[in-house]
Amino acid sequence: MNHVVKLLAGALLLTGMAASATAKDVELLNVSYDPTRELYQDFNKAFAEYWKKKTGDKVAIKQSHGGAGKQARAVIDGLEADVVTLALAYDIDAIAEKAKLIPADWQKRLPGNSSPYTSTIVFLVRQGNPKGIKDWDDLVKPGISVITPNPKTSGGARWNYLAAWGYALKKPGGNEQTAKAFVAKLYKNVPVLDSGARGSTTTFVQRGIGDVLVTWENEAFLAAKEFGAGKVQIVVPSVSILAEPPVALIDKNADKHGTRVAAQAYLEYLYTPEGQEIAAKNYYRPRLDTVAAKYDRQFPKVNLFTIDEVFGGWQKAQKTHFADEGVFDRIYTPDR
Amino acid sequence: MSNANVTAPIPRNIATREATWVRWLLIAITLVFLTAFLFVPLLSVFVEALRNGVDAYWEALKEPDALSAIKLTVLVAVIAVPLNLVFGLAAAWAIAKFEFRGKSLLITLIDLPFSVSPVIAGLVYVLLFGLQGWMGPWLAEHDIQLIFAVPGLVLATLFVTFPFIARELIPLMQEQGKEEEEAAVSLGASGWQTFWHVTLPNVKWGLLYGVILCNARAMGEFGAVSVVSGHIRGFTNTMPLHVEVLYNEYNFVAAFAVASLLALLALVTLIAKTWVEWHTQRERSAAH
Repeated sequence: MNHVVKLLAGALLLTGMAASATAKDVELLNVSYDPTRELYQDFNKAFAEYWKKKTGDKVAIKQSHGGAGKQARAVIDGLEADVVTLALAYDIDAIAEKAKLIPADWQKRLPGNSSPYTSTIVFLVRQGNPKGIKDWDDLVKPGISVITPNPKTSGGARWNYLAAWGYALKKPGGNEQTAKAFVAKLYKNVPVLDSGARGSTTTFVQRGIGDVLVTWENEAFLAAKEFGAGKVQIVVPSVSILAEPPVALIDKNADKHGTRVAAQAYLEYLYTPEGQEIAAKNYYRPRLDTVAAKYDRQFPKVNLFTIDEVFGGWQKAQKTHFADEGVFDRIYTPDR
Repeated sequence: MSNANVTAPIPRNIATREATWVRWLLIAITLVFLTAFLFVPLLSVFVEALRNGVDAYWEALKEPDALSAIKLTVLVAVIAVPLNLVFGLAAAWAIAKFEFRGKSLLITLIDLPFSVSPVIAGLVYVLLFGLQGWMGPWLAEHDIQLIFAVPGLVLATLFVTFPFIARELIPLMQEQGKEEEEAAVSLGASGWQTFWHVTLPNVKWGLLYGVILCNARAMGEFGAVSVVSGHIRGFTNTMPLHVEVLYNEYNFVAAFAVASLLALLALVTLIAKTWVEWHTQRERSAAH
């Protein structure tokens, strides 16, 4: 048995060294959430060209995608991201809180709450809208099957949930009780909770389950494009939430890798006209007025509320709604 | 049936004398079941993979991320399978040839990975080696990256595959007993000589069988490696993980192209398994 132990230790050491000794030029790891794959494919290419021109250095960006909560968890557990680009601020707060890899006030370090682009929550329905879905009220009707991911693991799912809650709250006569009843009724119509936004999209479009998919605007646009017009169409509700997916430099990892300068430049490039243009092309709403004006016709006008207005920020919303024994746990019972 | 066969029929066991229609029904049910749950899905993998032609299929496999996933999968198997070979031989030898306390406990422990969900197997390593885990801070201080890197993938694969070879060898070695080894030793053979010339030849087919199964699982494992991978494109995605990534990117042809390699692996495994079984049988009947 001694041999086995020695062999094992040797093999582990070897592979461990091989994995950490290959860094050439600059290498960044961007840990991101589900629907940003296409965005960062384009953006990474553009940034590599820009960085080469500016500094002469070759930069290679590695990508990891998954549900935002799961991705934050991986960074906390030691996935050595130089930057994270996640679905919501709370997941990056968790990295600050649990792993102390970044300062608690990380969100103040970049403009626009550290969110270079925004989005909102819309509906995707089957072509011709056979169930006549127009607004949030149609989602709670009996017999309507709603697809949305699991708010425990998916950032997009949490935005979906809060958008529905905010709508119910803003209805005439709306209060905490009616909002809770509304959201509970909505989740009674949900047959399956995927772990991430992209999983829900494939459930809805590829597997053909459900009458309506509640999802990111950018994800809805992308699905409509990928599967061609004629299969699904977008429905914009009367009221929705302003979703701000934030980005952050992970100080401790970047300093350890010696990549802080490039990582910082990477995030700042998202705010430049070039970066904003790439975001808009991938259906994220740009922050920069000039680019926003150019893509004005692409994004429908929606009455948007912010999480700070209605829920008092992510920390509070997370504790009330998504923590263990929170409101979501109480209203969602799979075996009903 | 010729007329030469008119002698009295051999009395058959009652249990094998079902009516013809019952037999056909049973065969038909089996065939329908296999077709619906095995052949059609397997075929659909290849149909989907070749949907846009052979060129698109090759392009999908030559793509750098796909290539790196294939290389990584092979690397993990090349490390995990030999280690499990050594472990399986050592464990089976100890259990079959020696008497010691706690032997049944050891056998139970070897079976553990079969009864534990692969996800748990992955999480165990995150709890141990993750930054917030028991050894995480020490590893980070010494700049050793185990999980979310190749070593983590190897560890998780080792965990889920280690019963395969041991489980194959234990009954075989127990059945063969230790007389031959004792004879060899009494004739002056050293421990290694006994092992190389007596034990190993006796178990070689069982061993090969175990290696084939172990390798198939090592390359095909999804759950455990998914937890410790970190899903970095082109770096820590094995083939099964890469299939999921591609599928989630609406890249169905590429997803099924990589999946078809895994399906081919399964077919090769099946053929190798049949071949080994045929050899074992032949050797057995030659011995009698």
